[in-house]
Amino acid sequence: MPRRTHIQTTLNGEEIDFLCEPRQSLLEVLRDELGLTGTKEGCNNGNCGACSVLMDGRVVNSCCVLGVEAEGAEVVTIEGVADGDTLHPLQQCFLEEAALQCGVCTPGFIVAAKALLDSEPDADEGRVRHWLAGNLCRCTGYDKIVRAVLKASEMEEVSA
Amino acid sequence: MTTTEKPDYKVIGTRPIRPDGVEKVTGKALYGADIHLPDLVQGAVLRSPHAHARILSIDTSAAEAMPGVLAVVTHSDLPVVADKVLDMGEGASTASDMSKNVLAADKALYRGHAVAGVAATNVHDALTAIEAIKVEYEVLPPVLNVQDAMRDDAPLLDESRHSKTPTGEESENASNVAAHNRFEGGDVEAAYAEADVVVEREFDTKMVHQGYIEPHNGTANWNSDGTLTVWTSTQGAFAVRGALAELLQLPVSRIRVIPMEIGGGFGGKIGVYLEPVAALLSRKCGRPVQLTMDRTDVFQATGPTSGGHMKGKIAVKDGKITAAEVSLAFEAGAFPGSPVMAGAMCMLSPYEVENFKVDAYDVVVNKPKVAAYRAPGAPNASFCVEQLIDELARETGADPLQFRLDNSAHEGTRMITGVAHPRIGQEETVQAAQASDHYQSPIEGPNRGRGVAGGFWFNAGMQSSVVASVNPDGTVNLIEGSTDIGGTRASLAMQLAETLGIEYDSVRPTVVDTDSVGHNDVTGGSRTAYASGQAVYEAGLDIQQQMVARAAQLWECEAEDVEYADGGLRHTSDSEKAMTFAELAGKQMETGGPLQGRGSVVARSPGAAFGVHVVDVEVDPDTGKVDILRYTIAQDVGTAVHPAYVEGQMQGGVVQGIGWALNEEYYYGEDGRMENASFLDYRMPTSLDLPMIDTIIVEVPNPGHPYGVRGVGEVPIVPPLAAIANAVHDATGHRFTELPISPRRVVEELHNLQ
Repeated sequence: MPRRTHIQTTLNGEEIDFLCEPRQSLLEVLRDELGLTGTKEGCNNGNCGACSVLMDGRVVNSCCVLGVEAEGAEVVTIEGVADGDTLHPLQQCFLEEAALQCGVCTPGFIVAAKALLDSEPDADEGRVRHWLAGNLCRCTGYDKIVRAVLKASEMEEVSA
Repeated sequence: MTTTEKPDYKVIGTRPIRPDGVEKVTGKALYGADIHLPDLVQGAVLRSPHAHARILSIDTSAAEAMPGVLAVVTHSDLPVVADKVLDMGEGASTASDMSKNVLAADKALYRGHAVAGVAATNVHDALTAIEAIKVEYEVLPPVLNVQDAMRDDAPLLDESRHSKTPTGEESENASNVAAHNRFEGGDVEAAYAEADVVVEREFDTKMVHQGYIEPHNGTANWNSDGTLTVWTSTQGAFAVRGALAELLQLPVSRIRVIPMEIGGGFGGKIGVYLEPVAALLSRKCGRPVQLTMDRTDVFQATGPTSGGHMKGKIAVKDGKITAAEVSLAFEAGAFPGSPVMAGAMCMLSPYEVENFKVDAYDVVVNKPKVAAYRAPGAPNASFCVEQLIDELARETGADPLQFRLDNSAHEGTRMITGVAHPRIGQEETVQAAQASDHYQSPIEGPNRGRGVAGGFWFNAGMQSSVVASVNPDGTVNLIEGSTDIGGTRASLAMQLAETLGIEYDSVRPTVVDTDSVGHNDVTGGSRTAYASGQAVYEAGLDIQQQMVARAAQLWECEAEDVEYADGGLRHTSDSEKAMTFAELAGKQMETGGPLQGRGSVVARSPGAAFGVHVVDVEVDPDTGKVDILRYTIAQDVGTAVHPAYVEGQMQGGVVQGIGWALNEEYYYGEDGRMENASFLDYRMPTSLDLPMIDTIIVEVPNPGHPYGVRGVGEVPIVPPLAAIANAVHDATGHRFTELPISPRRVVEELHNLQ
């Protein structure tokens, strides 16, 4: 077995550590070593965005990041988006706008959209469509996803 | 938009939050690849690098000796199965073909065809081990399209296969044409002779994939007592159970299939690929085994839908379609079973066509065996027919929607199968598109054009079974077996709440495994809200009847004197005697014990779906890029149970159709290698490629359902291919008869015109 490296990182606000092989992606570590299966694998080569997580506030495809690269980083996954029992406005708006069908791309969309609204709370439709072009959804045709993100952007909690 | 008066529903027609929503927006929902079982090991599958090759030998000894490797299986580990037809709900296959598709027998028939499976303590060891399996191949020339496959001197995929001819006989010579069927009525030649205008063209489409975001997965645990448990993301847990019983020769009762959440299917997650391999590996190594595909495997080794070649000839006289002759040849992939018959039966169904001759050829080629894909067969066939109709409307100077309205099928019109339409909403749907703001607004500007097209899909009925348990606090647990791909937990809970007159939030639906509810056919054929909805309605009536009897017992009166209304019980002549649903639910112990309603149906009146689409495009003559400027879909949905999810089905289907029309294709090299087997190169639409998709919900209730529900999910993908081709023609004056209308093709074809 390849030698495993000890990694310390902040995951969803909590300081944690884990062991991982150099060949393991962050996606694999999250899902298989840490049991956080909310982050999904759709293509494993950075083209679908289902595995989107935030790393130091930036959206990354966790399939294209090595687990060892999480050393010292702040990582936020879909499991860290809600505040306890209180859903993030994006999560609430995805529910209200029926912006998910099968739901497998949803965690990636919510994480990616959160990164957008964190930095650009007033993003318009064109900006939302441009920003989310790295996330594939095959069920919805994006209409209701875009509406949900725009609706969330209008809620106070996001810009606060 | 409501076309017909409908009853004043309380729950149906509202837009509540789906019961599984919070789990899905917080990442807690468990999909097939998310489960971790005690002692679970991982596996990998060795796949053929050749599109067509005889397998001379397989040597697994080196792989078996590698560290971490626990088991290796090949086709020889599968029992011999008969040629029995397995109807999976949407598309049938023989058990023998399915067995050879799961693990190749004497021949590899497409690149990516599974040859062997390995289980190991971790996935990396499994992936290393499959490379150590030595397979000796005799490489054969592949056949990669229907025209080549139908030639007399074509290499044969199966030297023992003869063609079934329209008369039911077998062809003399072995053939790649698995079946040729024909529908014929009236006298096409006489109609052509008398016609004002006849148009005739040939069309080609390419193989395309459903493109669900979640790759296939299968996890199996074969216990030493001979029972098998399987966890998988499937559209039909019972279909998987039935297939496994045949492929592994096990009694059905010994197999329990646990349906996990599913990350999209669109017809592509009905068949089995990994599940039988995981089961064999588990039997060999005595531990639960999990297999997952990567994206390349999904493209190369699961079922896309057919490409094919089509010829059409349609005549018009005095504004009426008088004759249609269409020949369809569809790729089945490596084994028979393309959706060509469905395409043949759908493409003319929106119209009255008295004289017709339709030929349908099911052709095997060295590509993956096709699976269902949303209204399978109909989009391709409508790409041909709806473009010819557009041309006829133009040549006769008619408005393309008015031309369709003037030729529309209605109640009583016979389809080419001879079956007469019941009450349908074709005319109302065309009229809704005509009246839309989109169609009423002019389209202006250079290189811009507008196209329209219609589409039809049968919708399926089939079997559904549910149980509803009434709880003492007046809530209800709905136990169902229909995979929820896009909101059916909500639409079924809503129908039960409507039937019982209680709140939507009082009904909690759960999708359970195959041991825990009666048989349910697949979530496919747009059947779930309709057929499982009917089962839910039956269960609601069952509860009502039992509650009436119990109220009569409490009130010491006859059951005829009690009625169930507005979510409660009341005595018909004594207004003092009344109970709410919850009050009676709290008296179960004293009135006979736990109260359960059951509903089991074979739904036989699905009510067909019709859609009419309007699209505006702009074509960049320099780059060949086609932009969708505006898109409107009008569709008869019967009754929209949850309008938001109805709209979602319409929008999602349209966008898959846009991808099919403009970019998506299996791009093959001459050696039979798919050269774009990734999401980078197989380009599906992104949010940036699209406008909002406007929806017009037309409601012509289905007389065959208590709430008038029709299937919704499939027909939206039928018209876009032709609608967009018609719009591009309007913009450029050039008719594109081959898909996709990609930038490369647009530039090439427009350049060749100059």
